[in-house]
Amino acid sequence: MSTATGYNFAYLDEQSKRMIRRAILKGVAIPGYQVPFGGREMPLPHGWGTGGMQVTASVIGEADRLKVIDQGADDTTNAVSIRRFFAHTAGVETTEQTAEATLIQTRHRIPERPLQADQILIYQVPIPEPLRFIEPRESETRKMHALSEYGAMQVKLYEDVARFGHIATSYDYPVMVNNRYMMDPSPIPKFDNPKMRMMPALQLFGAGFEKRIYAVPPFTQVESLDFDDHPFEVQSWEEACAICGSDHSFLDEVITDDNGSKMFVCSDTDYCRERVEQGFVGTAADLPIAEVETKQ
Amino acid sequence: MNTAVDLLTSTSEWQDIAPLLSVRELNKFYAPGKGCGDINFDLYPGEVLGIVGESGSGKSTLLSCLSARLTPDSGNVIYNSEQFGEMDLYACEESMRRVLMRSEWGIVHQHARDGLRMNVSAGANIGERLMAVGERHYGDIRAKAEEWLTAVEIDTGRIDDRPSQFSGGMQQRLQIARNLVTHPKLIFMDEPTGGLDVSVQAKLLDLLRNLVSRLGLSVIIVTHDLAVARLLAHRLMVMRRGEVVETGLTDQVLDDPQHPYTQLLVSSILQN
Repeated sequence: MSTATGYNFAYLDEQSKRMIRRAILKGVAIPGYQVPFGGREMPLPHGWGTGGMQVTASVIGEADRLKVIDQGADDTTNAVSIRRFFAHTAGVETTEQTAEATLIQTRHRIPERPLQADQILIYQVPIPEPLRFIEPRESETRKMHALSEYGAMQVKLYEDVARFGHIATSYDYPVMVNNRYMMDPSPIPKFDNPKMRMMPALQLFGAGFEKRIYAVPPFTQVESLDFDDHPFEVQSWEEACAICGSDHSFLDEVITDDNGSKMFVCSDTDYCRERVEQGFVGTAADLPIAEVETKQ
Repeated sequence: MNTAVDLLTSTSEWQDIAPLLSVRELNKFYAPGKGCGDINFDLYPGEVLGIVGESGSGKSTLLSCLSARLTPDSGNVIYNSEQFGEMDLYACEESMRRVLMRSEWGIVHQHARDGLRMNVSAGANIGERLMAVGERHYGDIRAKAEEWLTAVEIDTGRIDDRPSQFSGGMQQRLQIARNLVTHPKLIFMDEPTGGLDVSVQAKLLDLLRNLVSRLGLSVIIVTHDLAVARLLAHRLMVMRRGEVVETGLTDQVLDDPQHPYTQLLVSSILQN
């Protein structure tokens, strides 16, 4: 696709990009620390991934290959519009394949295929402050971060166990980065939390609404919070993916008709497609994929 | 006779003990006459000090300065800490003050709303301090929360209820439990019985008196209610217009007031 005329490369002007890059560098230097930055207006409402887009616009180069996912899928509205936006304003190549991408902007998932050292994962973050639940004052949460006062965070987990008998927080699950800063991993399912630990790829987080950038550099410790007698656990499913038969990926429940029939399918569409190509089959394999997709 | 001798020996022992909190030349004024000034006193371990005076006399300002929540204009507050040794509250790092607040100190606010997290359960309110000092075992935290609810006479069945569902008296007791769970040495109380009806007040005072003597707590209690002061405090400081006008043992001050203002204060109580 050709680049749109009248716009700078990747939409943002060079000064804004430099400012955002400085924030990113600071974030990388202090893993998990929220760096304020001068958020710019993007041609998209806040809450649609403007933070992630600004980070992407600042790090993308002509040689990059961009993949955008929304809840693991490449073909949902948010993913499609952001991918088209960058194809249009930067003229970069886009892809749906995790292995091929150099930049991956994501909303609420980490791809199932392990990421490599030459890739960058960019998260869209709605609320960057993990302590907000317990402490509404920004001045106070900053102090708590500065002094590593994270005991209060445990209160959230306590409430879960008291009410449900187990830690019921299933997404947005707080993590400790590099044994120093408490970080909100954005609303990814806790299933993805272990993937953040020692990941070879660089992880960048952009919160457009609250104008914060933070980062997890490659090969950094990322630990999920828990209690000694209620250790951290990820979700598991009794079913396997109906399309590719995977029993180890994050599954979405899909209602297939009005009679309550349902099936479970991989949330990572690229991973599922790859497995089908490799010859893996699920219980719904007799249905043509196209038909399954229409039913969704 | 025996008791008198005991009293003498214990008095001489007292003299060897270092004060827990020493206040020297403390001043904090918002405007001339508004605040508190020229405050000097020592608080010894196990002692309950009452600060009384009318509204606007600087009691609460003084308490905020003592409990490291309000930086004074001048003067020193020296605290003898278990963890840090002798420390000047306003010359040390803020991080140390904050450690004190969640370990060796307790602060009971007049309005329970200021001292509690209203949106989490009673158990979490009590457990928060434990988690803040590094407790990470859910079962232990919950057991301690139940233990303290019992200690402040709240039914343990209410452990998962939010403080907003509690009555005023229960909220105040929960606030006390939340502070005592880390076994602090020094408690600051600002009108702990304010806004409670008299029978609930009496119960709370009874509970406080028991806890204070059982745990050997040092307490600085601010109140305008002389009955509360008489019941709880060993020693009194009477404040007026930001200055201390009279100090002494509680009974002495209340039964034989010397300063005209104290005399006025004592005679303002309805007698029957």
